[in-house]
Amino acid sequence: MEWFKKSKSGIVFQPKKEINDDLWLKCDSCKEIIYRKEVEKILWICPNCSWHFQINSEIYRAILIDQDSFKEIDRDMGSNDILKFKDKKGYADRIIEHQKKSGLMDAVVTGLGTMEKRPVAIGVMDFRYMGGSMGSVVGEKVTRLVRRATAEQLPLIIISSSGGARMQEGALSLMQMAKTSAALALHAEKKLPYISVLTHPTTGGTTASFAMLGDVHIAEPGALIGFAGPRVIRETIRQELPKGFQRAEFVLEHGFIDVICDRRNLKNLLVTLLNHFMGSKIPGQIEKSDDLFIDAQGNLKKKYQASKAG
Amino acid sequence: MEPVEKTPVAMLEFEHPIVELERKIQDMRHFTSTENIEFKEEIKRLEKKLEKLKEEIYSQITPWNRVQIARHPKRPYTLDYINGIITDWVELHGDRAFADDAAMVAGMGKLNGKSVAIVGQQKGRDVKENIKRNFGMPNPEGYRKALRIFKMAEKFGLPVICFIDTIGAFPGIGAEERGQAEAIARNLREMAVLQVPILIVIVGEGASGGALGIGVGDRVLMCENSWYCVISPEGCAAILWSDRAKAAQCAEVMHLTAADLIKLGVVDDIIPEPQGGAHRDPKAMIDTVKEYIVREMQALLKVPIKELVDRRIEKYYAMGSVVE
Ligand SMILES: [Zn+2]
Repeated sequence: MEWFKKSKSGIVFQPKKEINDDLWLKCDSCKEIIYRKEVEKILWICPNCSWHFQINSEIYRAILIDQDSFKEIDRDMGSNDILKFKDKKGYADRIIEHQKKSGLMDAVVTGLGTMEKRPVAIGVMDFRYMGGSMGSVVGEKVTRLVRRATAEQLPLIIISSSGGARMQEGALSLMQMAKTSAALALHAEKKLPYISVLTHPTTGGTTASFAMLGDVHIAEPGALIGFAGPRVIRETIRQELPKGFQRAEFVLEHGFIDVICDRRNLKNLLVTLLNHFMGSKIPGQIEKSDDLFIDAQGNLKKKYQASKAG
Repeated sequence: MEPVEKTPVAMLEFEHPIVELERKIQDMRHFTSTENIEFKEEIKRLEKKLEKLKEEIYSQITPWNRVQIARHPKRPYTLDYINGIITDWVELHGDRAFADDAAMVAGMGKLNGKSVAIVGQQKGRDVKENIKRNFGMPNPEGYRKALRIFKMAEKFGLPVICFIDTIGAFPGIGAEERGQAEAIARNLREMAVLQVPILIVIVGEGASGGALGIGVGDRVLMCENSWYCVISPEGCAAILWSDRAKAAQCAEVMHLTAADLIKLGVVDDIIPEPQGGAHRDPKAMIDTVKEYIVREMQALLKVPIKELVDRRIEKYYAMGSVVE
């Protein structure tokens, strides 16, 4: 909590009305009934058992990014029902329904901002939108974010929370795993740091692509992290799963997570790591112009320059 | 990702009438030669009928029928292709960290006299072999063995061929403990920038990250009756309908056939199969696959490697469909 007091950014903390509207709420983990304001005050952590409630992308941004420094990119990108997919309900209808319900265009918000004045490229997944599933939009936005970070020589942070690849886009969802991983390969070649933060839950194609490709992997306490979901595993092997299976602590013990970090220390930890990777000297301003594109060589260009040159 | 319910029967339900009629014709031929009874006219009539029947049945083949064909136990598997196409084959074992995964075959051999590295999932034909091969569902060590071979191929400038045939990476306790997700993710990243040509051939089934974990390449070919998707039809049915029995219905909406995936830009070319599927003439299938692989590899080897890798990355960047 120390960073919180020290920070000059003066965080305005206004979570969306999503958990419920009452004064009291029930902890998902210890089932204790707790005073909502208490939980809110300590960044949606249960004061009784330290369970980290799922929080949305706006709250993460408020916690991590310096006030007024966030510049969202690809804000209006939305999903396309290219397969005309229909199960119990049509995918096209589901898209609209989720957009209305969540106020989001899709399951990730991406952009540039500063953390303790240090410029970063950051993507935050949002579980409210179709369980944070990765379809073409999540893949495309993450890929563009990584390419932007590569072109601008920025460190990259992605906060994941996802049920995996989105079934309604079939093989195209699967290909987003290859696409985001390819972009990360080029980001890594430029010796730029990528820190992956895995929150509850991160499973399936998201874990099996960008969430597991960080230089450092940070998890929130108790987060479910895995490839196959526990239900699928239980049904396949027909035996009970060990206690704590696929929880952050279990995953750390098996060597796939570097640090489990309390949400109150997350910004502090990220800034400390970035200082180790890039030195404590803060680089220049980030390019905030809308008039940008990335050329075939991966360089960031202003559009008017290109049109003059071409 | 899904377990195989049981070993499927050697005859698929929809091809039943064809196989029955073929048997009848064969019996008559047998009688004609051994008992000296003349059935010539009748045989001619039935052969005509058979042709018509085949046309009728195979022209109405559904995506679910293709899934069934892709699972046929007499369909050629990865090692059948390797044995039929590759000379001087040396199989290599182990991920150098934990174990050797028999669900993933890897090694080196010669394609038309030139050395190549080969990786592929391998199913078993009977219960015993399927237990050894884990029904073609690799564990993390399988993906790490594959990566070891990819890096070795890069070191020695050998092009890579991957045969895909899996219903997914194995969903088990050990697989999670040893980082199934990390193993697949790492392969995706490394394959994207591997400095040798990579040719992918989907020969049977291809589901989820378990297939893609050895499936990033310059050219992706798909046998006519194979299928490829983000999840198996059974897995999709379990999640969206809470009923695995709705798999056939799922297959119809998942766009998992070769023709669908060409349209989506996920696959580059379709390898035609013998009429009725590869299991009806495995030898012919293997020869066709060889012909395609040789041709594709010749084309890939003409492109300077830097350009090839750039094109590979651009190809994956272009995949997907969004509204802006
Ligand atoms: Zn609690």
